[in-house]
Amino acid sequence: MAKKPHDTPNLDALESGPWPSFVTGLKRLAKDKDSVVDLLGHLEHSYATRKGYWKGGTLGVYGYGGGVIPRFTEIKDENGKPVFPDAAEFHTLRVMPPAGMHYSTDILRKLADIWERHGSGLIAFHGQSGDIMFQGATSENVQKAFDEINEAGFDLGGAGPALRTSMSCVGAARCEQSCYDEGKAHRMVINSFLDDIHRPALPYKFKFKFSGCPNDCMNSIQRSDLAVIGTWRDNIRTDEALAKKWFAKHGMNELVNDVVAHCPTRAIQLKEIKEVRKDAAVSAVAVNDTHALEIDNRDCVRCMHCINVMTGALAPGKDKGATILCGGKRTLKIGDQMGTVVVPFQPLQNEEDYEQIVELGQKIIDFFAENALEHERTGEMIERIGLANFLEGIGLDVDANMVKAPRSNPYVRTDGWDEEVAKIKAKKAAA
Amino acid sequence: MAEPQKQMRKPKETGVPDNKQYMHPTLVKNHGNWKYHDRPRPGVLHHVSHSGDQVWTVRAGTQRQMDVHTIRKLCDIGDQYAEGHVRFTIRSNIEFMVADEKKVAPLIETLEKNGFPVGGTGNSVSMMAHTQGWLHCDIPGTDASGVVKALMDELYDEFRREEMPNRVHMSTSCCEINCGGQADIAIIVQYTKPPKINHDLVANVCERPSVVARCPVAAIRPALVNGKPSLEIDEKKCMCCGACYPPCPPMQINDPEHTKLAIWVGGKNSNARGRPTFMKMVASGLPNNPPRWPEVAAVVKKILHVYKEDARSWERLSDWVERIGWPRFFEKTGLTFTKYLIDDWRGSRANLNASTHIRF
Repeated sequence: MAKKPHDTPNLDALESGPWPSFVTGLKRLAKDKDSVVDLLGHLEHSYATRKGYWKGGTLGVYGYGGGVIPRFTEIKDENGKPVFPDAAEFHTLRVMPPAGMHYSTDILRKLADIWERHGSGLIAFHGQSGDIMFQGATSENVQKAFDEINEAGFDLGGAGPALRTSMSCVGAARCEQSCYDEGKAHRMVINSFLDDIHRPALPYKFKFKFSGCPNDCMNSIQRSDLAVIGTWRDNIRTDEALAKKWFAKHGMNELVNDVVAHCPTRAIQLKEIKEVRKDAAVSAVAVNDTHALEIDNRDCVRCMHCINVMTGALAPGKDKGATILCGGKRTLKIGDQMGTVVVPFQPLQNEEDYEQIVELGQKIIDFFAENALEHERTGEMIERIGLANFLEGIGLDVDANMVKAPRSNPYVRTDGWDEEVAKIKAKKAAA
Repeated sequence: MAEPQKQMRKPKETGVPDNKQYMHPTLVKNHGNWKYHDRPRPGVLHHVSHSGDQVWTVRAGTQRQMDVHTIRKLCDIGDQYAEGHVRFTIRSNIEFMVADEKKVAPLIETLEKNGFPVGGTGNSVSMMAHTQGWLHCDIPGTDASGVVKALMDELYDEFRREEMPNRVHMSTSCCEINCGGQADIAIIVQYTKPPKINHDLVANVCERPSVVARCPVAAIRPALVNGKPSLEIDEKKCMCCGACYPPCPPMQINDPEHTKLAIWVGGKNSNARGRPTFMKMVASGLPNNPPRWPEVAAVVKKILHVYKEDARSWERLSDWVERIGWPRFFEKTGLTFTKYLIDDWRGSRANLNASTHIRF
């Protein structure tokens, strides 16, 4: 039995209603844990005064420099004593999840037991960077909890100016749109840079994210420094039986309005079967006895819309790999930035192909470490130095797929033009 | 100190664990070999493999911030109906995979009986991506879990149904850094006053040059205040972003009255149809009003309602606005377009209308 609960009228109001209540969960923990009794008091104080009262600090586990988020209370009485002493230290351990966030119930129970022993019993599945967040340990218990979590096969994630924990979609494990083995790439890349995760020494944070197709379920273009997004180079595959089944259920209006009309590059046309073009870059599939969809794959930008609507009837091709974008980030300091294409297509068929993502990651992290200003993300760095200089720095060739359009102003010195053209032509001839 | 250090356990630098050891066996067996999927009902995905194997996934909402008792309850359900394997989505929904269709109905019944709503698939309003807030962040302007709980109570039916024109992703963020991320509808703190500086603490707590460097509009400079080294703010330049607060807590940006909430719409992560988009601010000045933030909920519900009525099938919120135009968005939602919504940050003229494209 824990100590007597504080009055929490504001939080009590979050126990009603149909959605699962974190307050009810905290109250259940507070039956046995003084720390959660005081956490509820602490949070109620925030609700009553509309302000936050945690401060950070420096705290870690033996051998690592990051991965623990220290929290000390700032609610003190006139003598400087914590008003909620049992929640005065309420630190978080960030722990990297398995790719795709798959768990057996056995391992979840084991992790829950560890956190009940050494922490508050409050765990977030998952934080915004993808970590399992074990919230609420005293300074003394951080090491004990980590030792057991680590023995269970899990390791700390990133915090501060470091490589951060990564995320990947469910992908090949359960999704027909998957264009590579996201879990393999995720694990291989991140486990190649553990030193940069555990011992923060970069100018600022650096994030990888892995999405299996352009639906980008990991929001990687907007949220990561290096976004690896599955795609394909050959033709969209078709399945006539599934196409006819789809059409029988949805009909001509939906086919025209929801599929054909939404194609962003007008690559799809509805045609009478006898008028469908025979061409190596055309995918065609009959939807009934008279009509077929015709897709010119040269015009297709692999946006996924038609495949999403007619899953199975239409499917990604077989020459699969990834488009890689660099420089996505959130607001501070110069405003939101999306990633920019730096590799239009990286084949991902064999071990060497996957190794190439690790090598690219290494080059970009090295360049970032040497050239970014303090507290500058890759996106800000690229904006400051220009994409062309960045590409030269990491040894990638320019490609027209990297821009929406060529420049629209003349403010550039072009006296190296002929030399560049000659260099590019020579390289093409040699390939 | 040398003695105890010897006994310290060295970490096993194992990194990301192998996910195959935790994955449902049907997923392991059919890895990379799935053919198509359909959705037999909201909250359920049915995937068919080229091998002929099938798997049904039942998705349920959670509170994300989970106590161990809730986790164990979910494990009990997983053991009883889902062969002992689960996974989580990016929006903190839990998924149970079953290879036997007969297990789907009892699994759904048990989840709902235990208070876990089944839904969040297809054209539903999914669980809101959220941040840490007053519960555990060191710089929050508001709470996160509480805002989400209050909003999801109101959107409970929309989570359990698939009645929106396309999927709706939502997020909340407790400061302008916006850890919650891009979403169709986002609720984000918007500070309205420059920070109040606690000059007694600056010299001891803050590395002044890095605070100066952190300001996006160069409004902060070093100053001597009451004989102590401190910082001062050019309040005419300051746009109240709060960037100086994390590196220097004496730059007090949070205020019970002046910390407001803004609503943003039209963020899209996917490349489907158009390129990914950033969301746009459409309302601000909403009160930070715990425990249930009713003013925010009213605006969010109004936008959702109009979108649901007016958008065509497969139009995400951004696609819908692209068709109807911003004037009609404001007209239909009853929100007011003000001068504060005209972008004046770098590159802003790209957001202005340089054409005669006007809908009458």
